[in-house]
Amino acid sequence: MIQYSYLIPLFPLLGFLINGLGWNKIPKSLAGVIGSTSILASFVISLAVFAEVLSPSFQGPFVQHYFDFIQSGTLYIPFAFQIDALSASFLLIITGIGFLIHVYSISYMHDDEGMVKYFAYLNLFVFSMLLLVMGANYIIMFIGWEGVGLCSYLLIGFWFKNHAYTDAAKKAFVMNRIGDLGFLVGMLLVLYHFHTLSYQELFDTIKTGTDQTTIYTAIAICFFIGAMGKSAQIPLYTWLPDAMAGPTPVSALIHAATMVTAGIYMIARSSVLYNLAPIALDLITWIGLATALLAASIAIKQNDIKKVLAYSTVSQLGFMFVAIGMGAYTTAVFHVITHAFFKALLFLGSGSVIHAMSGEQDIRFMGGLGKKMPITKITFLIGCLAIAGIPGFAGFFSKDEILAHAYAHQPLLFVALLIGALMTAFYMFRLYFLTFTGTFRGTEHQAHHLHESPKAMTLPLMVLALFSIIGGYIGLPKVISEKHWLHDFLSTAVTEKELHELSHTTEWLLMGVSVGLVLVMIALAYKATQKAQFAAAKGFGKILENKWYVDELYQAIILTPLHHLGIFLQKIIEKSGIDTFVNNVGTSIHWLSARVRLLQSGIVGSYIFVMVLGIILLLSIGFLSTIL
Amino acid sequence: MPIQYYIFLSLALFSIGVMGTMMRRNAIIIFMCIELMLNAVNLLMVAFSNYWENSNAQIFVFFIMVVAAAEVAVGLAIITLVYRKVNSVDINILNRLKN
Repeated sequence: MIQYSYLIPLFPLLGFLINGLGWNKIPKSLAGVIGSTSILASFVISLAVFAEVLSPSFQGPFVQHYFDFIQSGTLYIPFAFQIDALSASFLLIITGIGFLIHVYSISYMHDDEGMVKYFAYLNLFVFSMLLLVMGANYIIMFIGWEGVGLCSYLLIGFWFKNHAYTDAAKKAFVMNRIGDLGFLVGMLLVLYHFHTLSYQELFDTIKTGTDQTTIYTAIAICFFIGAMGKSAQIPLYTWLPDAMAGPTPVSALIHAATMVTAGIYMIARSSVLYNLAPIALDLITWIGLATALLAASIAIKQNDIKKVLAYSTVSQLGFMFVAIGMGAYTTAVFHVITHAFFKALLFLGSGSVIHAMSGEQDIRFMGGLGKKMPITKITFLIGCLAIAGIPGFAGFFSKDEILAHAYAHQPLLFVALLIGALMTAFYMFRLYFLTFTGTFRGTEHQAHHLHESPKAMTLPLMVLALFSIIGGYIGLPKVISEKHWLHDFLSTAVTEKELHELSHTTEWLLMGVSVGLVLVMIALAYKATQKAQFAAAKGFGKILENKWYVDELYQAIILTPLHHLGIFLQKIIEKSGIDTFVNNVGTSIHWLSARVRLLQSGIVGSYIFVMVLGIILLLSIGFLSTIL
Repeated sequence: MPIQYYIFLSLALFSIGVMGTMMRRNAIIIFMCIELMLNAVNLLMVAFSNYWENSNAQIFVFFIMVVAAAEVAVGLAIITLVYRKVNSVDINILNRLKN
């Protein structure tokens, strides 16, 4: 079955072509079915591939070579797919959650006139993401990398008639491209020093090669810049909250479960390289930590449902990068998997809420929705419990593993991350209480319209809620079970650093402390939201509500100078310089020809004179040239 | 006679011919000056033919004479036709070439 892995990206590609080319001929209901069945087919094949990777007879990564992509001189890049534990896990996540979101979108977007185009873009996105994780070398990954960036732009700016949305789409794409430059430079460095971009060859060369720490560090940092742009770390994270301008299922798929995890995948895939560049790993830890704390602090003061979830995503990505920075790649992938479940659940739940509130997204006008929307309320609560890290739910196991590794690495890191986790619990439950409990604060018209969402929307919610509960049991910590299944499974594809071991009592203590404090935060959130007074923010709260003024900072430091530089180039160099030069060339030729025209006077005498002069000149030149 | 005398004479005749071509107003006089230049060259050719004791130049003189004759025929025909139109052979009046 594994040799048919090429079918996995093929089905979404076909779905894209059919929906994309027939956008004005295919009826809307059919478009949704085409889009969803293609992903379902990919999911089924991914399951079969995963089962084969699981079986004991699977030997090492399976590389299938299709054709020679680039062959120029000594540069040889094949088009090949690599299936191993890491890519098989990501395949399941992408196709599985992608399928649920496609089904959800059929109902969510059913009265949108661009629905066929929407499903075409979604399928193209899944195709690109699959290319990204299945490629056997960095070039295929980069093709998928760029493809998901493109689809992110197309889908964020999906309602293109709104200027603010298209601006957000441009911002996302430009910031992505800045990261891509880092990725490209990294790839060029790899090509220059190691003459290959295939994972197998490169990692074999590195493992047996000489100690070239500076080169490894340079490549690692360049790749991380790419991850910064794609996975929204400081300083390239401001596009993600603005990306909430897109339809909610898009936010769920792209900006929660898949695209933003591409950076994690890339670094996990290059684990061999990163293990040899400790400075880069330290950098990743610090940036991840800063991002986690910054985003969590901003989320506390946000009033738009999707913005809270967006900053939550940035913060959780920060957690994942901290895990990577400590060398615990399988832990980061574990958190990717659990985060995909509960974040997609939360986003889809918020979409259900927005749908019921006739488009309202401000939680200050919500409240008490739990009575009319029980399924949404319960699944959303499960999502909140999972993200807060309550034992029994998926998020607990993965987040606790990150915290435990942090404590073993450096206790202060644990404290900082714990603060981030506590802020996470606070703002998520603030969101939950303000939205689903208390009294309704919206308009009469909205109150009439409140209803539970249709089956196509609630079924994915329930499936995701189920996985948010059971998804954590694939990675039980050492104190509970001897075998951490996910860690063992992924270690066949990813090389982890030697991590410090904690004693069992320390681990129980850490778990107890974090869970206890989380419960305290939930209680605090409950207290804070019962009064439901929304005074204007002042002081430190004002800074948080305005996102630490980072966007304004970028505007002042980067955008305005660039704007002025553009104006300068336009006015001075373009107008006065180049235009003047070109115009003067024309004018001078005009002037010259006016002078030369005077030679044609019609006076025969002058003609004879000039003729004689010319002959004398010719003869003398001829004579002189024979002498010299 | 030393060859220099012939060279000086030829040079003088040729210069007079050139100056005449440039300075005279009457078209027929200009033709006469052109003939003068050709004859100066003829003289030079014959002188050198005697000097090098080679008769090639004398044969060439015949060619030059034939060319001069043909050219004069054509030129005088043109002048005659133009005179019928403009009633003058003054080259300052013959400025139809302008524009």
